Amino acid sequence: MYIAMNITKNIHEWLLAILPETAASIVEMTLIALVYLAFFAIAGLFLVLLERKVAAWFQLRLGPNRVGFHGLMQTIADALKLVSKELTVTIKADKFLYNLAPYFVIVTALMALSLFPFSKELQAFDINIGIFFLIAISSIGVIGILLAGWSSNNKFAMIGAMRSGVQTISYELSVGLSLMTMVLMTGSLQLSEIVEVQKHGWLIVQGHIPAIIAFMIYMIAGTAETNRAPFDLVEAESELGAGFHTEYSGMKFAYFFLAEFINMFIISAIATTVFFGGYLSPFGITESIPLLGVFWFLAKTLVLIFLMMWFRWTFPRLRIDQLLVLEWKYLLPLNLMNLVLMALIVLLKLTIKF
Amino acid sequence: MDATTIINNLKSEEYFINMGPQHPATHGVLRLLLTIDGEIIKKVEPDLGYIHRSIEKICEHDSYQQIVHLTDRMDYLSAHINNEAVCLTVENALQLEVPDRVKVIRTIIAELTRIASHTLWWGVMGMDVGALTTYFYGFRDRELINDIFEETCGARLTMNYNVPGGLMFDIHPNFVKRVKEFIAHFKTKLPEYDTLLTGNIIFQKRMKGIGVLTKEDAIAFGASGPVGRGSGYSCDVRKHHIYSAYDKVTFNEVLKTEGDTFARYQVRIQEMWESMSIIEQLIDNIPEGSYKATTDAVIKLPAGEYYQKVETARGELGVFIISTGTKNPYRLKFRSPGFSNLSLLNHIAVGGKIGDLVATMATLDLVIPDIDR
Amino acid sequence: MTNEALQSLINSWNPDPITNGLEFTEEKSQFLNITVQPERLHQLMVQLKSNSETNFDYLFCLSGVDWEKEMGVVYHLESTSHRHIIVVKVKTEDRENPTFDTVSDIWPTAEFHEREVFDFFGIKFNNHPNLKRLFLTEEWDGFPLRKDYVDEINMIIK
Repeated sequence: MYIAMNITKNIHEWLLAILPETAASIVEMTLIALVYLAFFAIAGLFLVLLERKVAAWFQLRLGPNRVGFHGLMQTIADALKLVSKELTVTIKADKFLYNLAPYFVIVTALMALSLFPFSKELQAFDINIGIFFLIAISSIGVIGILLAGWSSNNKFAMIGAMRSGVQTISYELSVGLSLMTMVLMTGSLQLSEIVEVQKHGWLIVQGHIPAIIAFMIYMIAGTAETNRAPFDLVEAESELGAGFHTEYSGMKFAYFFLAEFINMFIISAIATTVFFGGYLSPFGITESIPLLGVFWFLAKTLVLIFLMMWFRWTFPRLRIDQLLVLEWKYLLPLNLMNLVLMALIVLLKLTIKF
Repeated sequence: MDATTIINNLKSEEYFINMGPQHPATHGVLRLLLTIDGEIIKKVEPDLGYIHRSIEKICEHDSYQQIVHLTDRMDYLSAHINNEAVCLTVENALQLEVPDRVKVIRTIIAELTRIASHTLWWGVMGMDVGALTTYFYGFRDRELINDIFEETCGARLTMNYNVPGGLMFDIHPNFVKRVKEFIAHFKTKLPEYDTLLTGNIIFQKRMKGIGVLTKEDAIAFGASGPVGRGSGYSCDVRKHHIYSAYDKVTFNEVLKTEGDTFARYQVRIQEMWESMSIIEQLIDNIPEGSYKATTDAVIKLPAGEYYQKVETARGELGVFIISTGTKNPYRLKFRSPGFSNLSLLNHIAVGGKIGDLVATMATLDLVIPDIDR
Repeated sequence: MTNEALQSLINSWNPDPITNGLEFTEEKSQFLNITVQPERLHQLMVQLKSNSETNFDYLFCLSGVDWEKEMGVVYHLESTSHRHIIVVKVKTEDRENPTFDTVSDIWPTAEFHEREVFDFFGIKFNNHPNLKRLFLTEEWDGFPLRKDYVDEINMIIK
């Protein structure tokens, strides 16, 4: 764990002083997990608020503006309401799986967060197979959705879950392959190293044409991965009511809801890290202040999140067969060709480096 | 075993699913019993009657002035045109000459109603295919029309502006000015509809080639309104059985030959332009004069049978009155456009996906109280 | 085609007035009315649709009517090519079990309209593909649009 801020160093030393080493590291991990959980639960809520504000902006409305200053506390109030709501269950639901499903979704979403380098050395878990781990983790979430749809014992939920399975399995390929294209340039799967490579220019600039294609494919597939419009067939409200979470209420519903937004954050954060230089400032303008990396990271991520919201509030939804045609007939072959193209460019040293 | 044998040996079953009575895509309390094979629709069976009020039976005990009020509650999105249908039937039966002013005002308001109905349809249509923003664009413009209605007759939706013989009261002094303002506004806003939705590639892919209705089927199934015209079937009552002031204006009957959902979509968008053109031709030429022909306080139709068709926003509305010479109709039948249009849903939705069904249903533009009269 | 021409054309299909059984009238209606015997209904309808001179391909209204002594159905037909309109009426005095032939094989739109008539008037249609109640529940007692229908709870008659 490389957390170089003084406060964490102090806690680290203090814990080592009073506890044996193993216990100290366990306590430390728990503390960091708690901080992450608290921080991202709140961040997720504010992403919901952001979405509502952006939606309102697109739709000629004001959006939430009653609770708190300009409606800032609206989603907090909503969350409080959801916490206090009764958790209903359908009689014929498979209770165990039904209760398990939301945790699958929310836990995997939160797990993925630990990997991101928010700034130089501000990273909870710098694993050397970072990208691979992220892809692996994010595909576990679909199990939760499948379980939710299956165990609810509701036909609409079931159709939603089936669509989700099909969709996630298909688009996982594109996400993985487009990231692999970029890994060809970095030569490493470790996220911190991927960012370091970009000191000579962001990867989207370094890799120029194939990188831009990879980015576009990644954003399309990433939107599909998070089950957001125009790929929100899983919960297509005009077709399936609410899709897989039709039968969920209260906090369990909130977990699905929150996970969607955290997943959106994750998809954008991966794009930021891999394509847009992560915490690096443009042209190195604030290189002397490492802590500002957090600002740059979040700023870039928010721009991408805004892009995803833009998709959602302007595009109609695809049909299930069109969704699969798009992936298997267009994105996948394009992706494979792009991979070869990138390999050639790296081999011939045609990348742009400053 | 090779792959095909495995696939052929897989046990698969059709299953039933209830779409509605509470479902976002059915726009009201319509219940569809779907037989589905995976995602593919095998059969659509509508189950009606959740809001049937038996208006036809109630009418048998009501005076003709009262009947006008009930028609608002059928197709509430073209309330004015429904009112007009009953009033025209009664006026024809009495052979009452209605002042020109009434005819022109009725036509203007009918066309405004059509635009209001189509803007709402457009918003909901977008929502059904997943583009949520359209809803608010549609409502933005519809509100302006409703404001004009409110100023003139005090109601926004169920207007009751017509009475047999004319109008309930004269138009508001601001009416002409506000209608002109609205037309000027809407001319700049209607192209936005195209940029937001019509030109979108996903939307076009979703809409083209699904829910295809041929011209022969359209006639045989009694399709009318934009549903019929999207199949190239010339069924505009305003052209073929001219009523009110439609003889004073020139307008095109919008016809598309593809017969798919996109054709029906385009017909409605184009109809809004035609409606605006009709209003523009009339708004400066509202004749002076009385806003109501005098009728008896108790209207008694001479014994006989009377039929009147009008073109509502959804299609052909027919009013069939059998009178025995008393103050109540002996039998009154509303031939509602939604009812016939619903009957062809099974014909055009089978073989499509669930998403296609929703898109197809959206372009049929069903209003459930119109079906459940 | 004018009403007179229509009348003579339809009469010419079967000029014998006894087996023909058609009654023409234009009184009390803006259209030409034909009253036909129930057993000859289907055949007449087929001819009206298929004859190229009449070509009534659009059934725009199908209403059940209770004339107190008789039960009947009124068909409003229009030709989309010639733009003429005709009204066909069929009546029966059997109030217990009124039955006519279906026309849903000629005009598919009649399927729903006939179900509605069956629902509210209790008129049965032979050979109808799916004749069951459309609006009311299966266990509903009586046929509400009949004149002799009584429902003391839900109907308030002034």
